[in-house]
Amino acid sequence: MNIVVLVKQVPDSGSERSLDPADNTVARGAADNVVNEIDEYAIEEALQLRDAQGGEVTILTVGPDSAADAIRKALSMGADRAVHVSDEAIHGSDAVATSAVLAAALGQLEYDLVLCGAEATDSQMSVMPALLAERLGIAQLSGARKLTVEGGVAKVERQTDGGYWALEAPLPAIVSTWDTINEPRYPSFKGIMAAKKKPVERKTLADLGIDASAVGLGAATSQVLDFAGRPPKGEGVKVTDEGDGGQKLVDYLAAQKIV
Amino acid sequence: MAEVLVLVELNPAGEGVRKTTLEALTAARALGEPAAVVAGAPGAAAGARAQLAEYGAVKVYVAESDDIENYLVAPKAEVLAGLVADKQPAAVVIPSSPEGKEVAARLAVKTGSGLLTDVTEVTAEGTATQVAFAGQTIVHSKVTAGTPIYTLRGNSVTPTPAPAAAAEETVAVQLSDAARATKVVDRVVEQKSSRPELTEAAIVVSGGRGVASAENFAIIEGLADSLGAAVGASRAAVDSGYYPHTFQVGQTGKTVSPQLYIAVGISGAIQHRAGMQTSKTIVAVNKDPEAPIFELADFGIVGDLNTVVPAATEAITARKG
Ligand SMILES: Cc1cc2nc3c(=O)[nH]c(=O)nc-3n(C[C@H](O)[C@H](O)[C@H](O)COP(=O)(O)OP(=O)(O)OC[C@H]3O[C@@H](n4cnc5c(N)ncnc54)[C@H](O)[C@@H]3O)c2cc1C
Ligand SMILES: Nc1ncnc2c1ncn2[C@@H]1O[C@H](COP(=O)(O)O)[C@@H](O)[C@H]1O
Repeated sequence: MNIVVLVKQVPDSGSERSLDPADNTVARGAADNVVNEIDEYAIEEALQLRDAQGGEVTILTVGPDSAADAIRKALSMGADRAVHVSDEAIHGSDAVATSAVLAAALGQLEYDLVLCGAEATDSQMSVMPALLAERLGIAQLSGARKLTVEGGVAKVERQTDGGYWALEAPLPAIVSTWDTINEPRYPSFKGIMAAKKKPVERKTLADLGIDASAVGLGAATSQVLDFAGRPPKGEGVKVTDEGDGGQKLVDYLAAQKIV
Repeated sequence: MAEVLVLVELNPAGEGVRKTTLEALTAARALGEPAAVVAGAPGAAAGARAQLAEYGAVKVYVAESDDIENYLVAPKAEVLAGLVADKQPAAVVIPSSPEGKEVAARLAVKTGSGLLTDVTEVTAEGTATQVAFAGQTIVHSKVTAGTPIYTLRGNSVTPTPAPAAAAEETVAVQLSDAARATKVVDRVVEQKSSRPELTEAAIVVSGGRGVASAENFAIIEGLADSLGAAVGASRAAVDSGYYPHTFQVGQTGKTVSPQLYIAVGISGAIQHRAGMQTSKTIVAVNKDPEAPIFELADFGIVGDLNTVVPAATEAITARKG
């Protein structure tokens, strides 16, 4: 079974992140960039499926040259090869345009299954599997906490509030994963060495047959008008418990008319 | 005035609609005349109509078919796309649930429209407010193509009644094969709780690693129940097996925006803040006076949760008499 895993490089969610005032896009250049955390679960799931059922795992990334680091990490975990779509004109694309680029790149690959993360930590949109399913006309099984593939059918437990939905669809399909699905492996030393020799195919928009005017800031279907830091909260009150902490808490809630 | 389509989220637990629908109807009024869209199984609209009328739905489009219930996301997007073509609405407003965002995404591709997710406010001119990067950045944005599609973050708009006619119009449901790709075989509820839904609750009490065990989460539940609150948990508490993942608050869990958020034994890591920073009032209980959670707390108590929290629960219960 051939699997493509969509991996996005994002600014580390634990560090200071911002937009670039020059064009109101995510500041990626100066950021501490990492693999989008949930994508590691998608990679792990792909590796487990490949190891059980055979086939190849291909990493697909749309992003600037620096995203090569994220691809290396995915390869060192054990993926077989990668496709890196990088083109100056893609800068500033919104999710809808990015999905067009990913869809075109997927169109040049052979796959039974596409795996991705349930959410990127920079955009927090959780829309990519739906956008791609719509564009590619394949089944969408999003938000998986469990995945099984058997006899050309994918079955997913879609995580919900307080339970799950059991989903079923024929391949090819796109599945997005939550961090409840598995425990991603750490790259081994051997894996890190092997990754250096694995093929990474670079593609431009021209290679995908996409006109530069169809992507980027100019083609975005929405626009950031302005942004600002959240106004700092007023100084809060901090008291030390001297046996009356519980009562003080309740007094505060009462003063706020909450109790 | 132009119509604004509002996708209705029915209450999965029984009658009526989810609060998110009332919020969406309220927000939509800034943009035009709300027209509610009920897409569900046969009979779905009957129990929803009264509430939709109370909260300002001038029209109710009723699209009922078993296929809508039996297949994931795509049927609802197809119904909405049909209505967008037919009615030429000024905008589409959808509650920002996982399903809502995915319906919005498919609709954006189908109609060549721009899409803004997790919007907290929208003006008459269509300018949307969004909160980015764990609540650190406030963004204003605008859709520049097609029919603007907004998904509205829960608890960011206060639902206010504005009685309207809610005139029903039946929509014929004819789905493509592509919309029937993913079958919903079963909907399983694992945790039935008498507490309010985490993302909808007015008060949330969350416990972190400091709670120290699954059994000890009874302290958190006790305080929550005395306040009629929902229970949340940090990722460290979830990873340690103290509380189920469904209740995780933060970047990889739920985003909550209640009137009151009480963080107990939680340090306040940026990924946790991502899920609760926009809460109106924040209270923290932590034994470490340097814990970062105190930076955003309106009221903080430096102390041992094992004594402070039960005492607070007792005092609240006593007040209620
Ligand atoms: C990509 C990514 C995504 C993440 N997503 C999330 C997410 O969605 N949600 C989330 O919460 N975290 C998330 N995290 C994890 C986050 O970084 C923190 O590790 C986590 O929030 C810490 O949880 P905590 O505050 O309960 O634990 P700790 O940081 O260990 O803090 C425990 C606190 O309890 C206090 N304490 C201990 N005992 C007592 C006592 N008896 N009385 C009073 N106070 C006491 C301590 O002083 C301490 O401040 C994510 C991390 C990454 C890298
Ligand atoms: N530029 C990209 N390149 C590769 N994968 C992506 C890209 N953007 C999003 N994805 C995938 O889509 C998932 C959901 O992203 P989002 O819908 O933006 O929250 C991510 O976890 C990735 O797996």
